Amino acid sequence: MKFNQYTIHELQDKLAAREISAVELTEAVFARIAEVDDQVNAYITLNKDEALVQAAAADKLLEQKKGGPLCGIPLAIKDVMCTRGLRTTAGSKILESFIPPYDATVIEKLREAGAVICGKVSMDEFAMGSSNENCAYGVPHNPWNLDYICGGSSGGSAAAVAADECIASLGSDTGGSIRQPGSHCSVVGLKPTYGRVSRFGLLAYASSLDQIGPLTKDVRDCALLLKVISGYDRQDSTSVAQPVPDYLSALEPGLDGLKIGIPREYFAEGLDPEVNEAILTGIAELRGAGAETVEVSLPHTDYGVAAYYIIAPAEAGSNLSRYDGVRFGYRDKEADSLLEMYEKTRSQGFGDEVKRRIMIGTYALSSGYYDAYYKKASQVRTLIVEDYQKVFSQCDILVSPVSPMPAWRLGEKTDDPLSMYLADALTIPANLAGIPALSVPCGFSSAGMPIGLQIQAGHFNEEKLLKAAFNLESALEVKGQKPKL
Amino acid sequence: MEFETVIGLEVHAQLKTNSKIFCTCTTEFGRPPNSNTCPVCLGMPGVLPVLNKKVVEYAIKMSVATNCAINYRNQFARKNYFYPDLPKGYQISQFELPIAEHGYVDIEVDGKISRIGLTRIHMEEDAGKLIHDSHEPRSYVDLNRTGTPLIEIVSEPDIRSPREAAAYLRKLHAILRYLDICDGNMQEGSFRCDANISLRPAGRDEFGTRTELKNMNSFKNVQRALEYEVRRQRDILLDGGEIIQQTLLWDADRNRTNPMRSKEEAHDYRYFPDPDLIPVVIDDAWLDQVKQSLPELPEQKRARFIDEFGLPAYDAEIITSSRDLAEYFETAEKIFPQPKKISNWMMTELMREMKGEDGINISDCPVSPENLANLLIMIDKGAISGKIGKTVFSEMMESGKDPQTIVKEKNLVQMSDESDLLKIIREILADNPAQVTQFKEGKTKVMGFFIGRLMKKTKGKANPKLANQLFAQELK
Repeated sequence: MKFNQYTIHELQDKLAAREISAVELTEAVFARIAEVDDQVNAYITLNKDEALVQAAAADKLLEQKKGGPLCGIPLAIKDVMCTRGLRTTAGSKILESFIPPYDATVIEKLREAGAVICGKVSMDEFAMGSSNENCAYGVPHNPWNLDYICGGSSGGSAAAVAADECIASLGSDTGGSIRQPGSHCSVVGLKPTYGRVSRFGLLAYASSLDQIGPLTKDVRDCALLLKVISGYDRQDSTSVAQPVPDYLSALEPGLDGLKIGIPREYFAEGLDPEVNEAILTGIAELRGAGAETVEVSLPHTDYGVAAYYIIAPAEAGSNLSRYDGVRFGYRDKEADSLLEMYEKTRSQGFGDEVKRRIMIGTYALSSGYYDAYYKKASQVRTLIVEDYQKVFSQCDILVSPVSPMPAWRLGEKTDDPLSMYLADALTIPANLAGIPALSVPCGFSSAGMPIGLQIQAGHFNEEKLLKAAFNLESALEVKGQKPKL
Repeated sequence: MEFETVIGLEVHAQLKTNSKIFCTCTTEFGRPPNSNTCPVCLGMPGVLPVLNKKVVEYAIKMSVATNCAINYRNQFARKNYFYPDLPKGYQISQFELPIAEHGYVDIEVDGKISRIGLTRIHMEEDAGKLIHDSHEPRSYVDLNRTGTPLIEIVSEPDIRSPREAAAYLRKLHAILRYLDICDGNMQEGSFRCDANISLRPAGRDEFGTRTELKNMNSFKNVQRALEYEVRRQRDILLDGGEIIQQTLLWDADRNRTNPMRSKEEAHDYRYFPDPDLIPVVIDDAWLDQVKQSLPELPEQKRARFIDEFGLPAYDAEIITSSRDLAEYFETAEKIFPQPKKISNWMMTELMREMKGEDGINISDCPVSPENLANLLIMIDKGAISGKIGKTVFSEMMESGKDPQTIVKEKNLVQMSDESDLLKIIREILADNPAQVTQFKEGKTKVMGFFIGRLMKKTKGKANPKLANQLFAQELK
């Protein structure tokens, strides 16, 4: 195996034992990027020179046995988190030239842990999309089949991990943007509880839904990375001062006493039969590990997409107002008046999907429509929260598909945004409720495209997710399968 | 036709916190453009606001002082609009759940006390400033002020005249200054006011169409702008015309209002709860703690000054209209415990000298309360006359010196030595036999002539009481 194909925990041992150096590892990652990224197109901006400096510094610490948990580990960062001195575009032309003067809190934590930052990876513009086709810097391709989408919005993260163009990645998830590309690319993706990870420095899409999380090659790496990035941050008022447990200690074999809820609404009409079959196989394995299953109902699931497509665009429309051409980023220089400058800057700087959501959001908050849309959507949100509260008194975790279908062909849905929106129906409710949810590889379709299994749990119950996922991963023979590029 | 004026005011008061409302930048005034800024107040991508607790504390103080009901759980909301002085494209304010509601203040105009209701008080961030180049079509943005904490105090439409509006503003200003939470400088914009005004036929309940007045940067301008608008609206209505609901800017140079361009006011702010900030929760313990820390407020002080010092209501009202004036009074009174004499001097000599566009700014006064008290002691003891006292006071205003020094330097000590005075009096009487005869024939008014002569000869230093006595004795 090549160095870049290993997991974080495998590399921790090899680096500590000085079997390899962080510089060699980083070079292996960049060699892989050079080899495949013109096909995969996962990266927007490479950080090679700086990464090698970081790797050399990591090697020094490793020599002295002083390295943090990620010392010398090359990571790829979704291009939506601010990295000091390294361009951050959010996949948008409007931020083509934006170089943040500060680090996001998660980036600070990664740096403290010794991580090497290889570069910034592709995403749907401002995290709006489910296929990563809305990106001003080219579309990433699914490493399992280059004619297919890799999912979105954290498509670059999932693709880079799957193609071994990094060891692990951070993504962000507003309605499934970590879990769905994770599912489509056969990597583990976790959306933590809202408030578990600081959002400071994350370019906001929908502030009440956004959460940063890991995309990794296995469940152990997921636990490891989650532990590094979690915790209260006084710079984020919505982060929660809850102690961070040692997630790694949750990774024990055996699920005796665990009660798994199978939500009826997640297996409704429209679910791809191959996805259904893979998930049922996964559930059987979980039972085999000692878990009990019970059928449950989340009756308001159907309204999740509708509520999400009011709340998220409403917040987005406001969050994206700051991209006005005045202080940073793109500005149309031809405009003769202030209004024209705003109009031209934003018409030219934003892509179609972003404009579509700004318009939806602006409409939903308009005077006279607020009660019918935003307020109603907020009430639906409360009902969804209550659904989960009820269900988690009956079971510990919920198991379901992540996406109703495996990855589709590039271009297949680009003219039909509504069908793309509906593809997020199974991941959106967790964001609306703020609960943690994880996607773990569970099999492949007959076409060879990956299928992920979703596990959801109550607030701050990430350990339950990780334990179940770890047991499933151990039972299945999916982990370690690599796409042929 | 008789019209009734209906006015409601929106007051923005900048809070005197050291740092901004959602970041740690300083709020210091007058720094070079864009030096009081950080990624948070510049609205850079990815940053988040963190509420300054002091702002909540100050807002609670104002809410309690104006008899408001506190909302124990209140929330910030975003007010969305585009302007280059607003970096995020939205202002963080409060909308559905402000910090306080349903308060009131009492004001007095011409002896009539009126209760003005407060609809709400809410917290928000200030915007930056644009500086327009006067030579080129170019504007500069200064974001130093961005994120400076404000409270907005919204009154009910309970104000019935421009004078009441001015009195209401002075009252809010006094309370803010007493609480020491706002420096109240209208010129620098730390205390700003917009007005809604309409007229309706006397006796009718429903309101007329209102206009909104902006750009009034002094108490006097608020009153003048409202007076102008009352006349303007009355003329239109008497002509059978209709008032157009619009925003008007006061032009203090031309003494008139001008409509704002309609594009600038056509806003749909699309308020919604700010998802970056958790609701503000105020508990009884915090509220009690803030209540305990409240200073004596203008009305309490006014009552005490009447009660404790025996001041007339009118004097007490004026002396307590600002915390500085009241403190000045109390400092002087401790040294010279004759309250009425102090208030007389303060309300005549002192205020005449210190009167500015927006009332008395006593903190700039060159005469300290200690020196005023010492001057009054000298008069009281007869060391100088009241008249000389006024001369000395002018000199004190001029030079800032203490009264003892001035009296000494100018040799103004009162002549109270009987034999010295008697010598001069006898000379005067000897030089003016005709007047002496008149006096003895019963024309006692001639006494004024003798005193005048004496004052002239003594350069006003003769002790008038003693002089009267001595003249009377000599003329017997």
